[in-house]
Amino acid sequence: MIQVFFYLFATTVIAGALGVVLLRNTVYAALSLIGALLGVAAVYILLSVEFLALVQILIYAGAVTVLLLFALMLTRARELQERLDGDQKPLAAVAALVLLGAFITVMDQTTWPRDVGEITTVPFATIGDALLTRWAVPFELVSGVLLVALVGAIILAMQEEGEP
Amino acid sequence: MESVTQEIPLEHFLMLSFILFTIGVYGVLARRNAVIVLMSVELMLNAVSINMVAFAVYTAPSLFAGIIFAIFIIAVAAAEVGLALAVILRLFRNRGTANIDEVDTLKW
Repeated sequence: MIQVFFYLFATTVIAGALGVVLLRNTVYAALSLIGALLGVAAVYILLSVEFLALVQILIYAGAVTVLLLFALMLTRARELQERLDGDQKPLAAVAALVLLGAFITVMDQTTWPRDVGEITTVPFATIGDALLTRWAVPFELVSGVLLVALVGAIILAMQEEGEP
Repeated sequence: MESVTQEIPLEHFLMLSFILFTIGVYGVLARRNAVIVLMSVELMLNAVSINMVAFAVYTAPSLFAGIIFAIFIIAVAAAEVGLALAVILRLFRNRGTANIDEVDTLKW
């Protein structure tokens, strides 16, 4: 049963990802990205990491995709109706395949742990606790990064004087 | 009670993450619209997250460091998207295009 669900979710993720890189319409590509991200959230649930699944749906499938759609709208990518792939498309495919081959070779030559037993589900409270004790410094750093990035984004996107 | 760690080997999660990452690499290299390049970067970040979470669940369940890492990846990705969209917007206003191969002022 779990296997059926895993391969179903894996197919969803890969199909969505292929849609992002292959579709000819940019808005369809963005919608396909939502499918891939929701599939990743389902994989998290399968791994019994519910917290990450919720965060994934809220932030990625919700906020990030809406931002991307806004960017598509503001740059009017849809009206231009031009080719979406660069000249280096064949080279890109070769590079991606070589990388995949390297990954698979490395994975094959490593022995992975077997028979790990039952998964322990991590409760939300434990994650919150760990974030504010053991991981407090990276947590604060990442909040600083978010603040700086968002202020920088506002300044970059602001209209300068004399601009239409 | 069947458990995911008994039913599916770790390699299958790794394989899913590899395929997702390589699709992202292809997208970054082959697409010319900057927003779609950004989407491909998101795919790569998600592949890394799957990798981390799978390792956390399969090898060190009591530490759950991989889960914390994935949370940080999501936070940094959100910051990155916001910033990149501002840059793309500025690019579009200044140059009238969002295609990365037309922005070649730095090219020798």
